Amino acid sequence: MEHLIELKDVYKIYQMGEETVHALDGVTMAVDPGEFVAIVGSSGSGKSTAMNIIGCLDVPTSGQYLLGGIDVSTMDDDQQAEIRNKMLGFIFQQYNLIPKLNVLENVELPLLYAGVSSAERRQRALASLERVGLAEKCKNLPSQLSGGQQQRVSIARALAGNPSVILADEPTGALDSRTGREVLAFLQKLNAEGDTVVLITHDNSIAVKAKRIVRLQDGKIIYDGDAHDPMAVVQPGEAGEEAPT
Amino acid sequence: MNFSQSFRLAVKSLMTSKMRALLTMLGIIIGVAAVIVITSLGNGMQMMMNQQFESLGANLIQVSIFGRGGGSRTIQPEDMYALAEKYPQYIAGVSPYVSTQAVVRKGIDEFKRTSIYGVSEAFYDAARGQALSGETLREGRFLTYIDVERYQNVCVIGSYLEQAAFRGDALGKTLTIGGAPYTVVGVLKEQARSEEGSGDDLIFIPYGSALRANGMADASLYLFNSTGRDTASTAKGIIEARLFQTFQSSDYYFVMTSAEMMDAMNTMISTLMVVLVAIAAISLLVGGIGIMNIMLVSVTERTREIGIRKSLGAKGRDIRGQFVIEAGTTSAVGGALGIGLGILLAQAAGVLIGGMMAGQNGGGGFSAVPTVGAIAIAFGVSVAIGILFGYLPANKAAKLNPIDALRYD
Repeated sequence: MEHLIELKDVYKIYQMGEETVHALDGVTMAVDPGEFVAIVGSSGSGKSTAMNIIGCLDVPTSGQYLLGGIDVSTMDDDQQAEIRNKMLGFIFQQYNLIPKLNVLENVELPLLYAGVSSAERRQRALASLERVGLAEKCKNLPSQLSGGQQQRVSIARALAGNPSVILADEPTGALDSRTGREVLAFLQKLNAEGDTVVLITHDNSIAVKAKRIVRLQDGKIIYDGDAHDPMAVVQPGEAGEEAPT
Repeated sequence: MNFSQSFRLAVKSLMTSKMRALLTMLGIIIGVAAVIVITSLGNGMQMMMNQQFESLGANLIQVSIFGRGGGSRTIQPEDMYALAEKYPQYIAGVSPYVSTQAVVRKGIDEFKRTSIYGVSEAFYDAARGQALSGETLREGRFLTYIDVERYQNVCVIGSYLEQAAFRGDALGKTLTIGGAPYTVVGVLKEQARSEEGSGDDLIFIPYGSALRANGMADASLYLFNSTGRDTASTAKGIIEARLFQTFQSSDYYFVMTSAEMMDAMNTMISTLMVVLVAIAAISLLVGGIGIMNIMLVSVTERTREIGIRKSLGAKGRDIRGQFVIEAGTTSAVGGALGIGLGILLAQAAGVLIGGMMAGQNGGGGFSAVPTVGAIAIAFGVSVAIGILFGYLPANKAAKLNPIDALRYD
């Protein structure tokens, strides 16, 4: 069967002054529908680059990226925007709600850019807010909500466009541990309901909430497997240089 | 549809930072207000001129004679009368028209602003009941051939003098003009609300007396009436031919029909207006640059918002559209405020100038009214300026890299 996300020998190479940085150094991986994958790695491991490429915010220097069977690695900016709109739902560390728009308008945004009519937009955004339990706050401004609530609004926004993949970038980074756990539990619930979730984090304790862990180091995958395997949470330094890849 | 939300967002951001919005729009407000004031005043001026010409009569032809410095070639009133008799189908009437300055007194009352004109009996067309310059007689009679021929001290006065000097009973009474007693033989119908210095504050006397008062031998100004609006240019040709016959050069006289005077005046006002509006347009340009500046700031401030929108699927044109609409809305609001301010200022100026005009020569009242066209153009131009100058910042926003924009603090 066709993979939902498929990276084939993806390189992302930056020129930093005189130095050439391989942010992604031949990454090959696939995610199937219904999976809950955590991409883990320390700072500089290439996980943010991986997230940008999977999120169609960036294109690989070489290699191929197929999203839902479509090659997006050669798309231009507007085509990528359309793919993001149709296939991806983002959840960011900083929530990234637009402060001047109320909760409902924020959740409506992806539908607005999808060209959905205003009545349907409102209805779908409300349904999405209902899922995160914040429908009654729809007229509030983001600043009137707590951090946890804002993150739930951003989840509602990610869900509103009915995306194929939920892409969560350090979703608990700005939250206290209790609300962080709630958000993670919510992602697990979404996954249980059939959504595909890709979680990007540096934190093992968060990564283990996923079903599968992909660990990156220096742009290479050094572990890809069950999140409950003890090897999944081994820090590269501890495992030694000869750690299996 | 992105437009309504962009528009609402633009209005919202204008409302949340009123001071900044006002400063941004100031250039546009001033520019548009200036354009409205200028066009309103020009328009009012044109309307007033046209009214005055209309009251003078559309058939009027003015003939100015500069003469040939002391030579024997002169034009006598008789030459002009002969012309009128020869071409009755074109020329309805002619009279010398000699303006003179003198103090008018009645008892101890002095009338310093009264206009005094020396004319002949032909100035008043009894058949039509109207003078060449449009006045009509209310009571008494006009000057007669005998009055003119014999330099009789008789006069016809306007309704202001009748009221102010004679309390409504002037016929047969006497006033003095430059010390000489004149008997009132006729009173004109009111035509400018009987105000001092207006078209009702005037006296007609035999032209010979006026010439004598001025120390001149020949009249330098004649008024003709053509038989109709369409015969005016033919009549003008006839008069010019006759004058050329005497002077053998077109440098010594000048013939102008009422329509030509009106056209010349309108052209002058229009030209003046175009020049002034062009100057005001510079302010619009500066206003546009102000909007561009603040939009560039706004794009930088909202880099993160742009990143969020892009990550959610906004294309370049969506972002560009949003900022262009915002700039357009800003300048449109500025334009609307400018129009309001302009109308207020124009009205104030109109009242002021109208007051001065009424003192000067009465005539038709002055009111500065902006045309609907001028308002529409001013509004359209201000919106266009917003869009034009908003495009560059909007394009900058549209080209932002979503990754960098999302990371921006």
